[in-house]
Amino acid sequence: MSEILLEARNLQIRFGGVIAADNVSLTIERGKNMAIIGPNGAGKTTFLNICTGWLKPAKGTVLFEGRDVTSLAPRRIVRLGVARAFQIPQLFTEHTALENLLISVSARERLRHPLQDMHTIRQRGEMLHLLDMVGCADVADRPVVELSEGQRKLIDIAVALALKPKLLLMDEPTSGVASSEKFKIMEILVKALAEAKVTSVFVEHDMGIVSRYADEVAVWAAGNVQMRGSPEEILQHPDVIRDVIGEAV
Amino acid sequence: MTVRLAIPALILLAVAAIPFAAPSLQLLMNLALAKGIAVVGVTVLLRAGQVSFGHALFFAIAAYAAAFLSASMPGADLVLVLVVAVAGAAISGVLVGLFVVRYRGIFFGMLNLAFSMIFWSILEKFYHYTGGADGIRLPRPTVFGMALERGPFELIMFYLSLALVILLGWFTVRWFASPSGQLFQTIKTNETRLQYLGVSPQRALLTGYVLSAALCGVGGVIMGIVQGVVTPEFAWWIRSGEMVFIAVLGGAGSVAGAFVGAAIYEIVRTYASAFAGDIWQMLLGGFLLVIVIFAPKGVIGIYDATLARLTGTRANDGETRK
Amino acid sequence: MNLTIFLLALFDGIAYAALVFSVAVGLTLIFGVMRILNVAHGSLYAVGAYLTVSLTGYILALGFAPVLAFPMMIVSAVLVGVLIGGPIEWLLLRRIYNKPEVLQLLVTFAVFMILEDVQRLVWGTQPYFQASALQAMGMIRVFGVNYTVYQLIILPLVALVLLVGLRFFLRHTILGKLILATTEDREAAQSIGIDADKVFLLTFIVGAALAGLGGALASPTTSILPGMGADMIVLSFAVVATAGLGQIEGAAFTALLIGLGRSFAVYVWPETAVLVPYLIMLIVLLVRPEGLFGSPTARKI
Ligand SMILES: Nc1ncnc2c1ncn2[C@@H]1O[C@H](COP(=O)(O)OP(=O)(O)O)[C@@H](O)[C@H]1O
Ligand SMILES: [Mg+2]
Repeated sequence: MSEILLEARNLQIRFGGVIAADNVSLTIERGKNMAIIGPNGAGKTTFLNICTGWLKPAKGTVLFEGRDVTSLAPRRIVRLGVARAFQIPQLFTEHTALENLLISVSARERLRHPLQDMHTIRQRGEMLHLLDMVGCADVADRPVVELSEGQRKLIDIAVALALKPKLLLMDEPTSGVASSEKFKIMEILVKALAEAKVTSVFVEHDMGIVSRYADEVAVWAAGNVQMRGSPEEILQHPDVIRDVIGEAV
Repeated sequence: MTVRLAIPALILLAVAAIPFAAPSLQLLMNLALAKGIAVVGVTVLLRAGQVSFGHALFFAIAAYAAAFLSASMPGADLVLVLVVAVAGAAISGVLVGLFVVRYRGIFFGMLNLAFSMIFWSILEKFYHYTGGADGIRLPRPTVFGMALERGPFELIMFYLSLALVILLGWFTVRWFASPSGQLFQTIKTNETRLQYLGVSPQRALLTGYVLSAALCGVGGVIMGIVQGVVTPEFAWWIRSGEMVFIAVLGGAGSVAGAFVGAAIYEIVRTYASAFAGDIWQMLLGGFLLVIVIFAPKGVIGIYDATLARLTGTRANDGETRK
Repeated sequence: MNLTIFLLALFDGIAYAALVFSVAVGLTLIFGVMRILNVAHGSLYAVGAYLTVSLTGYILALGFAPVLAFPMMIVSAVLVGVLIGGPIEWLLLRRIYNKPEVLQLLVTFAVFMILEDVQRLVWGTQPYFQASALQAMGMIRVFGVNYTVYQLIILPLVALVLLVGLRFFLRHTILGKLILATTEDREAAQSIGIDADKVFLLTFIVGAALAGLGGALASPTTSILPGMGADMIVLSFAVVATAGLGQIEGAAFTALLIGLGRSFAVYVWPETAVLVPYLIMLIVLLVRPEGLFGSPTARKI
């Protein structure tokens, strides 16, 4: 029995008539990569929002490493070791790609010196390496507004990784990335996550990626987890083929 | 690169020569330097995408703190007066800041205005303590124990102001480039990401807010000492508006622009007041519209663009970048 | 505090609230529809007051009856809306709807600076006083307290008519519905053929006219002098922010709250009277940053 890193218990939230989380319970084990699949509007992003404190559930609790984090602000949860990459990349648009990472690591290390140039901090090499890893070394000094959607998504992931989290939540990390690149990126990413012993949860629509890189899959529909299991099991399941895979194709 | 640095250096030298080369300009320039420092305070906030219509508040708090100190401690030393005044502004910056950093945009601008109007009416109404609309005298402080005559004292104030301009300007530029300054500036583009870096946007904004309050305080106390009297006008909304105007004129977000803007502003005002005193606000407003709509990078933006055209290189936007 | 003073404070508060509401409602209407805070709103209020005083003085000099001061108020309000509000929207605001909020604030602030000097150029710095409208209505005696009919009955009545009328206009007339549709979703409104430019222009003219009307209504009760516009913009912002930006009914409530708070302070501790509106705003915003009637908007990520 492996250790549970994050546990959601009976989460409930509604927006007007829409029940975006309908009694969601899910456990995420340390060291695993879990994929979340499901049609648009199923409540996948809402789940990540609740786990990171962006939304407060009407009912239910979120435990991270056994600690109740339901009512904490996102930044407190981040400090406990949860990082997030977004469906729409959340970057500092007037800064360059490298600067986005430098800001992230400055936050992680709580750098305070008022007279030190951010570009000269010790962790600069580490950040350049991270940029290189997600294949964006060549655009390090370009403002992120000038970059493609795919590049911005990768930098968004790198910004999250720069925090050295225990748990990384990624919302559709490969959407917007050219399909020829998807596998290459995921290959590197999953290796890096394993090396750094980072647990990950990623929302994904590409079943090829799911079957190859996920250790576990949770299927979302209508605000709840319909099923959970190994990729082989889940991707063969007739209901999943009908409701999720069929739609994604 | 050398041209970029040579021109500011020459300007600084020219300013330093004013007390000897053009003594009639000395007082005017000293006021411009004081105002310039205060404008840097407003500029800091523009870097976070925020505009305050009430920063004259801190200008006035420092000036009144200096006046009260001098009244209760006749012959207080200049250094003590400066330190107490700026500390007063910075502490008020923390108190007001704790409230206003919860807001952005319209609310941030207007709540600052509200605070300054509150302080202004306190100054006007509680005249037993504040001297009301006439204000209170700020007697000349001693300098290292010496009571100076007017001439030498003004000279000392002039060079002290110039030194503070250089020091505080340098500090602010360096701080902008530092990790904490960079975190502060991300308020402008993405607070969501900032939160997801484990940083409180409120805290990040507060850091810059207190710096901006302290800078306004430095400007205010110099202005008060040089003029020898402080009045509620120090806190008036028109003065706040003037600071915003100068910051935008010089180049929204540029430290050098704040000083250039202040110098241009003071000079034009002095010579224009003879024939345009009645329509001064109107000219400012009209000019502000023109800059905001047609040249949002202000004087410094124009300078950079001109230099770039002359030298045929891409403008080095390291300092003026917002 | 005896009954007489209590009643006086109460009546003062109601009269004042009615005035502030008529200004604030224009501010909140403009914000609600156009998402722009018109810092120049206070100047429009001041110009409305000046215009009314001048026009009333003019017709009285021609020998007309004092009661004609009332139509002059409406004339002034319309003039402010059409001659000042119209060009502001048409020439300036139209260029900046998609610009950052800071820039929009700077633009309306610049207009504010310009209009403050325009008032001084046209009307000078001498205070004006023109109370014919007030005197024409006489006094009324309530529980042993004498009070002007104008302030106790006319002003609150006008405020009430504005509130109900605006509500009716927005919810039950075609034009109002077009405005609301544009407020909710500008693109969608345009795609079904609504001319958003016209809607914005109209809204701004109406909002500006309301500011002018506020000034016109205030003119018989106070002396008109430079600086009244600056006070009014901050005060009406306080009312609007306390209610929640864009909340029309809420603004009526907070105007009353702030008006009463201020008038009671006048009798209890006069030095603090100017501070009370701001204190009320600060306390409310401390507890509810989105205002009493506003709802928090969460960003979708
Ligand atoms: N902040 C919000 N306000 C209102 N409705 C929301 C909000 N966030 C999500 N929803 C609604 O909740 C449902 C689930 O959304 P979401 O979690 O984004 O789905 P997914 O990520 O699975 O596509 C959708 O119907 C969406 O419109
Ligand atoms: Mg989603």
